[in-house]
Amino acid sequence: MTTQSITTISNENLISEVIKLKDEGYRLVQICATTVNSEYEITYSFALDYEFLCIRLMIPEEAEIMSISQVFAPAFLYENEMKDLFGIKINALSLDYQGNFYRLEQKTPYKNQ
Amino acid sequence: MSARSIVPFGPQHPVLPEPIHLDLVLEDETVIEAIPSIGFVHRGLEKLVEKKDFQDYVYVAERICGICSFIHGMGYCSAIESTMGIEVPRRAEYLRTIWGEMSRIHSHLLWLGLLADAFGFESLFMQSWKLREKILDMFEMTTGGRVIFSVNQIGGVKRDMDSDTLKLFIKIFDDMKKELTALTKAFLNDYSVNTRLKGVGILTKEKAHELGAVGPMMRSSGIEIDTRKLGYSAYNELDFQVITSPVGDSYARTEVRINEIFQSIEIIRQAAQKIPDTELSLVVKGFPSGEYFMRAEQPRGEAIYYVKGNGTKFLDRVRVRTPTFANLPSMLEVLKGCQLADVPTLILTIDPCISCTER
Amino acid sequence: MTIMNFTKTILKNLFSKPATTKYPFVKKEYPEGTRGKVEIDIDSCIFCGICSRKCPPNVIEVNREKKEWKIDPFGCISCSACVYACPKKCLFMNQEYTAPAPQKTTNTFTKGE
Repeated sequence: MTTQSITTISNENLISEVIKLKDEGYRLVQICATTVNSEYEITYSFALDYEFLCIRLMIPEEAEIMSISQVFAPAFLYENEMKDLFGIKINALSLDYQGNFYRLEQKTPYKNQ
Repeated sequence: MSARSIVPFGPQHPVLPEPIHLDLVLEDETVIEAIPSIGFVHRGLEKLVEKKDFQDYVYVAERICGICSFIHGMGYCSAIESTMGIEVPRRAEYLRTIWGEMSRIHSHLLWLGLLADAFGFESLFMQSWKLREKILDMFEMTTGGRVIFSVNQIGGVKRDMDSDTLKLFIKIFDDMKKELTALTKAFLNDYSVNTRLKGVGILTKEKAHELGAVGPMMRSSGIEIDTRKLGYSAYNELDFQVITSPVGDSYARTEVRINEIFQSIEIIRQAAQKIPDTELSLVVKGFPSGEYFMRAEQPRGEAIYYVKGNGTKFLDRVRVRTPTFANLPSMLEVLKGCQLADVPTLILTIDPCISCTER
Repeated sequence: MTIMNFTKTILKNLFSKPATTKYPFVKKEYPEGTRGKVEIDIDSCIFCGICSRKCPPNVIEVNREKKEWKIDPFGCISCSACVYACPKKCLFMNQEYTAPAPQKTTNTFTKGE
């Protein structure tokens, strides 16, 4: 099996790292949020052919992150998903559903209580 | 410029077996833009892992979706096995491969039937599902279930197939091949079918890469990626070619899936010859810690199973990125500029599975 | 591109037996390994309660004092987790599925002295 590398980067470097990957020809595979204590761990996975790598952000609960949907168009779905399920604040989304992408009875069900 | 109107499409629509809602922005009869929204069947299965033992969660993982249930169970188990460093017995890996390929055949036959239903060829639909029924009977014979199989467990599989069963299956597949050829001729050569499929909904290679399409949707646009080539389960010991088509229209997507049915039969034949005689499962001790991204090829495309363990029996996080979720942007792309009458067929050509998508 | 591709199949179907069975009149024969419904050989049960703890939808109830074993067959998902877990091997799968009924019922088995 191919190796899986996970690089942790800081919040400010996100867009520049993502643009670098875009230039190398990577495509977006998934974006995933996990609650770790009172922080969120956001993992962006990219693939080029059979290569697979991830970059990771650690953000406090109230922090805002930039959307990467301007660089990778499909990201808007994953980011709306994170926004609806975890309540993570995301700026500059290309298409913002305002929390209505998933029609949920209880808003942000995966958020840390 | 003529006036624009918005037509709501779904969640209830004759052609959709599952609920997704689209707002179609129309100019006359032409679709300018489509905006999706989901969440009608969200069940929160990913959150459930915090309350269920990681071994019992296999039953939940299988029930994410009824069509790709086997590979969901297998993907979850393989991801956990990778974090725990378990080497699964080879026979179990081969059995998983055989069942996985059988799921692919049954899923593609189901899709062919639905496609025929979408363009109004009812008897072709019945014919496809008649063949699919045989596969379900074979599943019932070997696993005990027709749709949910419950044979995967962490460390291996629960049931075995003896050599007589395997021989019987090869014979059934040989007989089925004749019927399949007759069936697929109608899809590939029939005049009225071709007019509905050829040149409709073209997705170029560049767009498919940019929008992160997966599975047959990507391969029919000429990108040669099949995650089975990563060599999980027994695929590293089996010989198969990635099936692609350079065209990228609905016809190409049908062609790729049809060829994959025949390919899966060949893979099962190879696996049945090479299957080694080892035990079926290992006793698993300890708890998973660490994280792993498992990439598995579902009938609909590449699925990602992410697990994160913390050394206790409850996992921190399970995430399943399903192929339909990754194919949604490509679906929106092919809908742009199509005729309203083609929308149902085009939505079907990505093989949507909304239960998977929402988990 | 040709026409009349499907004619052969249609003619064949016209003169062959139906692919379906007349269900209520002809009973379906289930293959040996079908997981239909859970049944118990109550005399060898030791009321340890492992099955009720292993049951994913929690439909099995075990009462050690009353020597009682209860199952809600309509909540059962036929996964046979209890059958694999049973230390006395007194649980087994019947090939037939639970028959439809107008009301949900609970099946109670009691061990006689």
